[in-house]
Formats: sequence, structure tokens, C-alpha cells
Amino acid sequence: MLKQTTQASPPVLKKRISDPRWVQILLIGLMLLFFTGFIFLPLALVFAQAFQKGWSFYLESIREPYAVEAIKLTLLTTAVVVPLNAVFGLSAAWAITKFNFAGKTALKSLLDLPFAVSPVIAGLIFVLLVGSRTPFGSWLGEHGIKIIFSTPGIIIATLFVTFPFVARELIPLMEAQGRDEEEAAVTLGARGWQIFGIITLPNIRLGLLYGMILCSARSIGEFGAVSVVSGHIRGQTNTIPLHVEILYSEYNFTASFAVASLLVFLALLTVVLKSSLEKQFQNNSLEH
Amino acid sequence: MMEFFQRKRRNILPGFGLSLGYTVFYLSAIVIVPLSMVLFNTIPMGWDSFFHAVTAPRVLASYKLSFSTAFFSAIFDALAGLLTAWVLVRYRFPGQAFLNALVDLPFALPTAVAGICFATLYSPIGWLGQLTAQRDLHIINTPTGIVLALIFIGFPFVVRTIQPVLEELELETEESAHSLGATRWQTFRKILLPHLFPALLTGTTLAFARAIGEYGSVIFIAGNLPMKTEIAPLMIMTKLDQFDYAGASAVALVLLLISFTMLLVLNAVQEWQQKEYR
Repeated sequence: MLKQTTQASPPVLKKRISDPRWVQILLIGLMLLFFTGFIFLPLALVFAQAFQKGWSFYLESIREPYAVEAIKLTLLTTAVVVPLNAVFGLSAAWAITKFNFAGKTALKSLLDLPFAVSPVIAGLIFVLLVGSRTPFGSWLGEHGIKIIFSTPGIIIATLFVTFPFVARELIPLMEAQGRDEEEAAVTLGARGWQIFGIITLPNIRLGLLYGMILCSARSIGEFGAVSVVSGHIRGQTNTIPLHVEILYSEYNFTASFAVASLLVFLALLTVVLKSSLEKQFQNNSLEH
Repeated sequence: MMEFFQRKRRNILPGFGLSLGYTVFYLSAIVIVPLSMVLFNTIPMGWDSFFHAVTAPRVLASYKLSFSTAFFSAIFDALAGLLTAWVLVRYRFPGQAFLNALVDLPFALPTAVAGICFATLYSPIGWLGQLTAQRDLHIINTPTGIVLALIFIGFPFVVRTIQPVLEELELETEESAHSLGATRWQTFRKILLPHLFPALLTGTTLAFARAIGEYGSVIFIAGNLPMKTEIAPLMIMTKLDQFDYAGASAVALVLLLISFTMLLVLNAVQEWQQKEYR
């Protein structure tokens, strides 16, 4: 029955049905209207505001010492957070996709937990865990270790909010690839890290890169969680988004948007990288 | 038989103990133990003071505001997202790839930047605020402003959930409906929409869940007036600033329970979807 239908209408003769021209124009127009209000105007606004007082003011805003310190802290945080979460993502994906064990489904859903948590709560839990008013936090304080309102706090809170990014890209990818290649390598005498380095890593490098890009974007831009644990000390515990907030709340709008424009450039770069990687994924899967 | 199979699998590939051990350790250290602090800080309060803390008028007002604004923004996102996914998958026009890439902008743009953009855009002297002020419609410092910011944040969730389903949808079904004399609108309502519905529901729920916890993009446009435009996450922030750790945990616990329940429901929906269409 199914076969007959397919024979009756060979794909070559098929005329693609689509919406009437006026419907297409109407819907594309509506979408452009939405994009204008919610994407194009906000983007244009950032640059219009950032350059309101000219180039020199713009450069001054992003080169003044507090801004530079904020940029450094954000880069440091990202440089610590992304590799840690990438290693975790690789480890979780290896355990989950290469072996069968009890509680695997539960483990998989626990990995996505941080996405369901409000950024403010993500900050709160670390204040409750290691803040100076908690037993553990005051013990650390006695030994001269300060976590909340200092750089380590910012790093842990960012670790939490970006926790799932690499793992959730790698798990479906490695599940689809199966374990045949690795098993073949074992039978041919390859050892643990050799298998990983020679077989697995080349197979998943695009997915790993994709996850790391998303992870970096979020760790550069995280605001709510970092805002709770930072204490907003200028030049010390201020990341770029927090610096933007401080300038804005001081009515220093031009400087605020100038620093924000750096984040917009990074966001646009992320979007471009993301879509070009997705295109590469599609090409790869067509080849296979 | 099964056991034999598993043991064989376990033996042949190395690194099971190391990778699972590290995964569980890291998950516990970064996620589970810190999250459990919310519970440990709420339990000593006892039921009465917990109930008192989460039903205080200002807290209730913040829950109500977070829910209603998240709800309306998710509904709007469902419509805008369905429209965008449809246009991007079904039509061909210049600049399409560019628009498709820009759908992800709300994912990539730091929330604080989105926040100051919307607050400036809709301020009484802003580009769009001027227009609405003439009609005596105020957006900044009102729930409407919060909804606008949340629409921006939730939009990609709906588009990116519907797009793959729409791409895989067989054109044949639509064509047979057409050849049987159904109008385009009938086909959409009776065939496409029911098929897309689970994905639409998933995307909308994700947008809603994200909107409930959202902080950075909202606080700039909201004005944060107690009882009027103070969202639930900000309530937690306020209690923390007053060193009311137990109160902050109580408000957070309610918010967490709601989010987790929603995700469980979502998982159930997805299972139902897989059963239905496989």
C-alpha cells in the first residue's frame, strides 16, 4: 500500500506546494517587524549610545583602569571555567556514552540541573555554602581564605551556571557515534589515553569546540549569579557585565554602552561561530 | 545473558571508574552540595516561619508578578517563534541565513546588556519610549516593560525547538491534504499544528521556565518598586542584602520547586511526544 503511493507520485514530478505569495510576503514582513523591535533596534542603540560622545570618549571608556581590571577579571574567570567544564564534559560523556550502568538516566538529567536554576539562586547557594556567616566559610576565613566577595566566588558561581554546556553537546554526539571504533582500537592493542586521543577526540572535536564556545559566551556575560557573590568592589571583583551595570546606575550611559559594546561584539562573534559550526556539522553528516 | 553482555562491554573499554568517579565528584561539588544548601537553610526555620516568609504580601506580589510576566512573554514567544520558524524553514529569501543566525542573539548577548538596551529604548526619551509616551502608554517601570525584556530572552527557545520538527515534517501529508481539497489554512490547523504542538509546548515551557528565573535583563527596565514591579529573583537579592539568609532560602526553595516540577512535566510531555510519533 505504502509502496504504491510512492510509485504513484515520483518525487521528480512533485510540485512543491507552498503558501500563496501574499501570505509569504505578509509573514516575512511580520517577522522582520518583530526582528526590528527586538533585535535590530537594541543592537543599533548600543552603538548609537556608545559613540554619542565620539571616538576618543569611547576609547577612554574602555581603556580606563577600572574597565581594564574588569576585562582582566572576566578573561581570568573564563580561562579557568571553560577548561574545567570541558574536562568534566568529556569525562561525563565518556562514562555515559561508552558504558551501561544503573542510574544513567538519572545522572543525565542531573547534568542539566543548573539550567533550571535562576542565576540569583546560583549565586545564593554559594553564599550559603562558603559565605563568611556560615560555619564552613568562617573556618576558611580563619585560615585566610576568602571566597565570597572575591575572585574564587566569581569563578565557582560561573562554573555552576556554565556547568552543562560542554556535556550536553558531547553526549548526543558520542551516543550517535557509538563505541565500535574505540572497541576496534582496544582489540588492536591501543591503550586508554591512546584511544581517547587518536580515536575519540578527532571524532568529537567540532562538538567540543561548539560546547566550549557556548560555555565561554555565558561565562563572559553571566550577570545574576556573579552579581550575588561579587560584592561589586571596583577594580577588584568587578566583571565586565557588573562594570556596565555600575556605570549605568551612575547615569554614565555613554561609558556604560561603550563597555557594553565589547560584549555585543563578542555576542555577535559567538552567533557567527555557532552558525558556521552548525553548517560544518551538516556537511559532515552529509558526507557520512 | 544481559549481564554477560554488560560485563564484556565494561571490560573492553577502559576508564569507566575514572570517568564516572570524576563526573559524580564534580557534579556533587559544583551542583548537588551547593544546591542542597537551600534545603539545609530552610529546614531549621520550621514550617510556621517558612510559611510566613513565603506568604508575606511583598513576596507573594513578587511571585505573582514573575509568573504573570513570564506567562504573557511565553505566549507571545510561542506566536513569534512559530512564525519565525515557519518563515525560516519554508520560505526562501535573501538574508535568510543572516536572520537565522541572529535568532541566537538572545542566547549569546549578556543579560545585563539586553537589560540596559531595553530600558534605554523604552525610556520616555528613548527611540520607542517617545512613541508610546505620546499615547500615554508607559513601559518603563511597569510589568509591560518586564514582559518585553522576557520576550527577547525566551524567543530563541521556541524557534530552536520547532525548527528541527518542521524540517523533518514530510511534505507528503500536506500534499495529500491539498489534493483531497483541503484549503491551506485547514491543512495548517488540522494537520501541521497538531504535529508541531508538542515541540511548540516544549519550547514555550522552556521560555517560561527561563523567564521565571531571569534577572539581568529585567531589573533595569522594571524599576523594582516593592509590590508593583519587584520580581521574585530580586526578592531573594533583597533578603540577602539584609543578611536574611533563611528568608532568601525560603523564597528560593519555592522558586526551585516550581522550576523542577515544570521540568518534570516537560520530560513527561517529551516522552508522550516520542510515543505518539515513533
